[in-house]
Amino acid sequence: MASSRPISPHLQVYKWGPHMLVSILHRASGDGLAIAGSLLFLWWLGAIAGGEASFQAFMSCVWQATEATAAAAPGAPPAAPVAAASLSITNWIGRAVLVGLTWAFFQHFFSGLRHFVLDTGAGYALNTNKIWSTVVVVGAIFATAGVWLYIIAGTLK
Amino acid sequence: MSGGQMQGGTSLGRVRGLGSAKHGAQHWLTQRITALGNAVLMSWLFVSLLLGDLTSYSAVRGWIADPMVALPLMLLIVCAFAHFKLGLQVLIEDYVHGDAARIVALVALNFYVYAGAAFGLFAVARIALAGTPAA
Repeated sequence: MASSRPISPHLQVYKWGPHMLVSILHRASGDGLAIAGSLLFLWWLGAIAGGEASFQAFMSCVWQATEATAAAAPGAPPAAPVAAASLSITNWIGRAVLVGLTWAFFQHFFSGLRHFVLDTGAGYALNTNKIWSTVVVVGAIFATAGVWLYIIAGTLK
Repeated sequence: MSGGQMQGGTSLGRVRGLGSAKHGAQHWLTQRITALGNAVLMSWLFVSLLLGDLTSYSAVRGWIADPMVALPLMLLIVCAFAHFKLGLQVLIEDYVHGDAARIVALVALNFYVYAGAAFGLFAVARIALAGTPAA
C-alpha cells in the first residue's frame, strides 16, 4: 500500500517553503502599508499643514508629548510640567505601529525587488528561489532592527 | 487581426461578456511602473525622515516647504496611491465574495484613494505655497 511514488498535486498536503512565506508577506506588508501607512502619512501631513498646535497634537499622540505641547495648549496651567521621559499608551501604540510599518516597508521593498528579478524570468530554480526568499525575509528583519537601533541611539543622546 | 485570434470560453460566455476584462496587462504594467517610482521616492523619503529632526515643527515644515521636497513628495503621493489602489483591488477581488460586497468594497477603495491623494496633495501644496513661517 505504502508507496514512495509521488501522488497527484494536492491542495492540502504540501511542504512549506520560504517562497510561500515571502509571497504571503508581500501581500500582508503591502496591504499594511497601504492602509495603516497611508492613514498615518496623511494624518502627519495634515497635522503639519494645520499648524504648530495640530503638529504637536499629532506628536504627543503618536510619539511623545513635548514641553511645547503644554505651551501650545490654551489655558494649560504652566505649573504642570510635562515629563518628557514618560510615554502615554498611545505613544507605545504609535511606536509599535511605526516599527511595524518599518518592517513592512523593508519586507515589501526587498520582496518587490525580488519580483523585478523574477519578472525577467530569472531566479526560479528551486535552490535559487529558496535562497533569495530567505534573504528577503531575514534582510527585512535586520534592516528594521538596524533602523530602530539607530533611532534609539539618537533619542538617548 | 481581429476575428482570427484565439478566444477562450464558450460562445455563450463571450456573448454574456464573461471572462477576461482585457485589463490585466495594463494592471500588471502600471503596478510595475509605480513600483519602480515608489522604490526611488520611498527610499528618498525614508532616508530623509531618518536623518531629519521629526520632533521639530519648524524643521519639518521648512523641509516640506522646500520646492525640491514638495514636488517629489507630491509625486510620491500620486505614485504610492496609484500602486496601493492596484494592490488593494486584488486583495478585495481575492477575499471579498459576493457581487454586492465586492462592488461596495471596490467603490470604497476608489473613494479612499482619490480623496486620500487629494488630501495629501492639498496638504503639501498648502505648506509649500505658504512658505516658511516668518517667525
